[in-house]
Amino acid sequence: MNPFDYTVAHSVQDAINAIGSSARPPKVLAGGTTLVDLMRLNVEQPVAVLDITRIPDLNYIDTQEPDALVFGALARMSDVADNPVVRRDYPILSESLWRAASQQLRNMASVGGNLLQRTRCAYFRDPQYPCNKREPGSGCSALDGINRGHAVLGASDQCIAVYPGDLAIALVALDASIDVQSTAGRRTLKVADLHREPGRTPNLETALRPDELILRIRVPKSRLGKASTYLKIRDRESYAFAIASAAVALDMDGDVVRDARIAVGGLATRPWRAQVAEQSLVGKTLTEAAAAQAGRLALQGAVTRPQNAFRVELGANTVAEALNIARGRA
Amino acid sequence: MTDEDPLAFDRREVTAIGIAAAVLPTLLPANEAAAAAPVGGGVVLQVNGVRHDLGSLDTRATLLDVLRERIGLFGAKKGCDHGQCGACTVHIDGRRVVSCLTLARQAEGRAVTTIEGLASAGGHLHPMQQAFLDHDALQCGYCTPGQIMSAIACIKEGHAHTVEDIREYMSGNLCRCGAYVGIVAAIEQVMAQESAT
Repeated sequence: MNPFDYTVAHSVQDAINAIGSSARPPKVLAGGTTLVDLMRLNVEQPVAVLDITRIPDLNYIDTQEPDALVFGALARMSDVADNPVVRRDYPILSESLWRAASQQLRNMASVGGNLLQRTRCAYFRDPQYPCNKREPGSGCSALDGINRGHAVLGASDQCIAVYPGDLAIALVALDASIDVQSTAGRRTLKVADLHREPGRTPNLETALRPDELILRIRVPKSRLGKASTYLKIRDRESYAFAIASAAVALDMDGDVVRDARIAVGGLATRPWRAQVAEQSLVGKTLTEAAAAQAGRLALQGAVTRPQNAFRVELGANTVAEALNIARGRA
Repeated sequence: MTDEDPLAFDRREVTAIGIAAAVLPTLLPANEAAAAAPVGGGVVLQVNGVRHDLGSLDTRATLLDVLRERIGLFGAKKGCDHGQCGACTVHIDGRRVVSCLTLARQAEGRAVTTIEGLASAGGHLHPMQQAFLDHDALQCGYCTPGQIMSAIACIKEGHAHTVEDIREYMSGNLCRCGAYVGIVAAIEQVMAQESAT
């Protein structure tokens, strides 16, 4: 790990001043479960780190607002997962959190930081390999390397690294947004617009500017919460990244779908909302065949490599199964 | 770097020179330490109820490094050093975390509890320590301090009501010897004891 300066922000104003006033802004440190790990691997080499975990007014969960669930950026993943209202009314959110990482990591990791989790592509994490995301123009080692776990949706010829998070998939399905702040002011953006596809610039991962700090996540309250699930398929039963996942939420009128939300994870370079699949269900009876068809539509446009081709069918089946689980909760 | 010996703690004799040489780079990478590494002055940690004035500290030092190399508490183990194995699990303000990904400075002003802080002053084991003995919940013992710290938190969090829950919420602690059956049984025993009282 390279040496770095360490400072503590005691307020939001402190933090945005620190990251807004320098030509080389400090790297923001919250739970540290991604950043410290990548610093130890020399993938991240910040000259300065700004610890925001002492900011008191960013660690909260507010379920009382009439039209939204609000999570402060520093709310811990474990606390949101175990929140009684989230568990009861939004299983899709709770499941996306407790099925991620381990309880120790969820106790550390903030929900704001989790949205910005970096890819687990082994070539990105090892500086001895070429990687366009880590070192633009150096090449992509995964294209013809070990790519069983790499993206089949949203990839480019520059990068096929998967976005590894789970919470963001559920948030995209629920149309959530984030409030961010910089010295220039405050703005709101949809979580769906936060992550970028790699295209020709895989090093640019989000729509955030370097001087912006995430303040909170807002999830619109809706009837879609209860009949929902986050189904995560892994190589082992627990404590692993998704090889396919589906965030599904339904609003049912008897057996007929009034509204549906579908997003897939573990398969794409960013959280992947599947609106064509959603539309295929609206106004229809949710039969096994309709669920299977929605699953196939969600994976429409997949581009595979020999090692990861099996995950197209796996992804489609994951969506279909998630729809069945969600329907059972309606 | 500072004038201080990074291994100021008088290491036990079992730590032969060769092992020390292998451990040293993890705390202060040899090449990088020669450069002027930023230090934080006057770092104070509260561990198992005892205040430790650490003086200046390399900003890179993790809580795990400091526990083992500066304070001399060798219970928390360095397994993977990437937050993947759970061998370094300790409690901060009563919540389990991996100390290998926690910068030491982030633990300032918070109550750190390690496996060494569990037994009572009279030497009586914590019920979870006793349960691990009762159920042979270990073989080599390397992961055990992390397992026990995690197990205590698992019950406190309310995640130990079923075997399925215990297995799910203990999945961040790997045991290469495969003592999982005993570990789950030990947690069930303590859970039953607590429910009975």
